[in-house]
Amino acid sequence: MIHFHHVSKRYPQGHDALKSVSFHIDDDEMVFLAGHSGAGKSTVLKLISLIERPSRGECMINNKNVMKIPRWRIPYFRRDIGIVFQDHKLLMDRTVFDNVSLPLVVAGHNHREISRRVNAALDKVDLLNKAKLLPVTLSGGEQQRVGIARAVVNKPAILLADEPTGNLDERLSDEIMDLFAEFNQHGVTVFIATHDLRQLKRMQKRVLQLHQGELVFDSLEQPL
Amino acid sequence: MKNYFMRHLQVLFYSLGQLARTPLASLMSLLVIGISLALPAVLYVTLENIQQLSTGWGGNAQVSVFLKHGTNDADARALAAQLQQHEHVSVVQYIDPDAALAEFKQHSGFGDALDALDRNPLPGVLLVEPAENTSAAQLDELVETLGTLPQVDLAQLDMKWVKRLKALLEIARRSVLLLGGLLAVGVVLTTSNTIRLAILNRRQEIEIMKLIGATNAFIRRPFLYSGWFYGLFGGTVAWLLVTGGLWALAEPIQHLVALYGSDYRLAGLSAPASLVLLGGGALMGWLGARIAVSRHLAEIEPR
Repeated sequence: MIHFHHVSKRYPQGHDALKSVSFHIDDDEMVFLAGHSGAGKSTVLKLISLIERPSRGECMINNKNVMKIPRWRIPYFRRDIGIVFQDHKLLMDRTVFDNVSLPLVVAGHNHREISRRVNAALDKVDLLNKAKLLPVTLSGGEQQRVGIARAVVNKPAILLADEPTGNLDERLSDEIMDLFAEFNQHGVTVFIATHDLRQLKRMQKRVLQLHQGELVFDSLEQPL
Repeated sequence: MKNYFMRHLQVLFYSLGQLARTPLASLMSLLVIGISLALPAVLYVTLENIQQLSTGWGGNAQVSVFLKHGTNDADARALAAQLQQHEHVSVVQYIDPDAALAEFKQHSGFGDALDALDRNPLPGVLLVEPAENTSAAQLDELVETLGTLPQVDLAQLDMKWVKRLKALLEIARRSVLLLGGLLAVGVVLTTSNTIRLAILNRRQEIEIMKLIGATNAFIRRPFLYSGWFYGLFGGTVAWLLVTGGLWALAEPIQHLVALYGSDYRLAGLSAPASLVLLGGGALMGWLGARIAVSRHLAEIEPR
């Protein structure tokens, strides 16, 4: 599902964010991407969501070579990927329902389909009763759950998360991680960048560790 | 297909809602656009009215028809009676050579010199007054017809002031076009700037939209509708300004016109002109939005 083959990323200023990184993630996997800030975690996620393009190497996402996707196809490509952000990136002037419905509206689904799927997604993150509220009235954990509902409402093949528990306390973090695991059980490939060691130990999933742009550890090869 | 129209309709109302969200700022932009559009519209209406008035200039113009020497009084009067029947002729007055000479003596001061002549050198003259509502072309035609009559030596119309007026009107028309063009550019720039600010204000939202798979066309759409609305409502403001102004001026103008003994009625913006104003405004607004969007939307990419 996600395949990196000697992928390097050098930014225009000359900074090497990734150095010849190779790994493969299967369809049914849930994988953590660990490492200090600045190790290249965000760059990996940006390459997968086509915010950035690799400088060298081959990057296959969902059986598509990202180098062969023209600019105008990028929006369609992104519809197969759900992204959860540390800062949620919600639209503060729209209701929870409208936020979650956005990927479906963008993809041009009809009204009935949208409300059916949004309600299903909100039900899954246990926020159905708050659909009509604005995000500012919700707690941090609830806002993150809105972000997750938005990421999965389109039934993407891949779910990416960038430090999803960064601002949450332990109990809320556990809730969010269990939610991700649940989606993974329903067949979604889940790839989470985090430096939350507690969660790595708790979840007992595969871990990839980056250090200064290089892949230094893969628990698939070297069990913890 | 139905879905497509539904989505456009949704965006249309969404953009309308966005305008209503910042009523004061929207109103200011609309006023700027409205005033820009109202200026050429006012000039256009003024020009139209002058043109309307000047088509009825027959009452002031006079054609002098000089008869050939030797045309006797009876023939001249017969011709006058005949010309009277012409559709573009209002009044024909015959001045016989003796009367003309007497008048000339009296006004020119050459009385003594003229007395020295052994015969009257002046021809008989028919003063032809064209009917009201005779157009310039019809007037030309009339003068030409009169000139070819067998009894007539020369038919002359003092065209100078008519030509001057025509030239002035032509200059005015061009000026209105030029000014209209300039102000249209102004409207495009105003909307472009307004939309640019709207885009920058919603930078974060646009980034998020792009991250969840929105195409550029999708993101562009509400901004284009906003521009369109700015232009359309700006055009409406202009229409109201012009119509209101005319309404305020109607009474004194009617009074002035009455003093000249005319029953001329002030013309407002015609239906086609109103359509051009609204449609043109909407087009300019859309164009401005289009420019802003093509320049600034591509710059905003998720980081």
